[in-house]
Amino acid sequence: MLKKRLIAVLILRDGQVVQSVRFKHTNVIHYDAVHAMEAFNKWAVDEIVILNVSRDVASRDKFAEIIERISCHCFVPLAAGGWIDGEDYAQRLLRSGADKLVINTSLADDPELVSRLAMRYGRQCIVASMDVKRDASGLPQIALDRGSRVVDITPEAWACKAVELGAGEILFNSIDHDGARKGYDIESIQKICEAVEVPVIAFGGVFSWSHLVEGINAGSAAVAVANQFHYTEQSTRKAKTYLAEAGVLVRQQGQIHVSV
Amino acid sequence: MESETVAIVDYGMGNLRSVQNAIEHLGGKSVIVASPLELSAYDKIILPGVGAFGQAISCLHQTGLAEALHERRAKGAHILGICLGMQLMCSSSEEEGMHEGLNWFAARVKRFLPNTGLSVPHMGWNGVEFARPDPVLAGLSSGSDAYFVHSYHVHSDEPTDVLASTDYGLRFCSMIQRGNVRGIQFHPEKSQEFGLAIIRNYLEMSC
Repeated sequence: MLKKRLIAVLILRDGQVVQSVRFKHTNVIHYDAVHAMEAFNKWAVDEIVILNVSRDVASRDKFAEIIERISCHCFVPLAAGGWIDGEDYAQRLLRSGADKLVINTSLADDPELVSRLAMRYGRQCIVASMDVKRDASGLPQIALDRGSRVVDITPEAWACKAVELGAGEILFNSIDHDGARKGYDIESIQKICEAVEVPVIAFGGVFSWSHLVEGINAGSAAVAVANQFHYTEQSTRKAKTYLAEAGVLVRQQGQIHVSV
Repeated sequence: MESETVAIVDYGMGNLRSVQNAIEHLGGKSVIVASPLELSAYDKIILPGVGAFGQAISCLHQTGLAEALHERRAKGAHILGICLGMQLMCSSSEEEGMHEGLNWFAARVKRFLPNTGLSVPHMGWNGVEFARPDPVLAGLSSGSDAYFVHSYHVHSDEPTDVLASTDYGLRFCSMIQRGNVRGIQFHPEKSQEFGLAIIRNYLEMSC
């Protein structure tokens, strides 16, 4: 049986791991992304997503270098995203050691790029990232470009469009829930999970481990956490244990000891 | 660890670096090899691959790597196919039309059936049930989880070739072995301790 995945997300600004609160990134959590990754790699996490949220396009080179450094120590799948606006940079990230490309703004601005990348590398390589933001009346809209502009379309319609373009997976995030510690935007996640067949990764808002179970119960194939994983030792292992005890089928680790 | 340098076949597809990283992490040595001539110097060869079967097999033929691989196999080199690399070793694939493979295994590559309520690609961690012992599985427990990403699976017509199987709507062949050739459907280089242990066992095999 396929297991539910627990994913750690590293949010990078200018090469440093930052805390994300409603897409504002003021606090640096780790000065070195490699150290953060090494901890997660040891602590039973099933996959790592690393996002470059810097507003400076020049951050791309440094980000690719970090992917290269990180991937040497990363023995779980690594998905990378931020500023992927062309095939060359996509290829660079993959050659630097990323296994998957996380694509957000290009879904709207250059949909053909997404299809070309899916053709070239396969849909399993394309993770469509979508950031939902609710308007004044509480209706969800899709936010692009690190939340700076919105498209008036429902999350489930946007998810379907992403899958049509070639996405093999959906990374759902909510700007309102990001850093708000109230759990995922369950309503949107449920609708997306009903609308698409590809795996959906729930992200944005986890504070207590019970939020992870809510994400799984909403239909997600994977649950992702950023901020909350950084604050305590062995956090990913604790989250895994919580999921297992709640009856969620997760990968158990630690039966095998590799001496290196 | 003292081990022979492993050639990782570069035919223009797939993430070669993660396989290299894993070998390096385990203290082994590897080189990326794109030329058929160079390949003849190696007794341990990894055929990685992510992407479409048709394109991959024609790349292997066009570059002459297919012929070189046949030659190395006949000379007893330990060849390990990963993911698409495993599928390329089969007799045929139905991925976007029918394609002939390297035909080292009497096995066919088939699509996961849609409408089973299961997502395709099969992506994520799933259990690997061993069918029999093998040096690459030494010290490992059957049922351990490994990381899979694929839309097509291997169906072996030779049950004794099946080294391990995995359940995803149906039970498919997730590891295959005959003589000195092995195929692994999951990504050992991305399957943490379990996968690294398989690669370590492979590195330690004597030629």
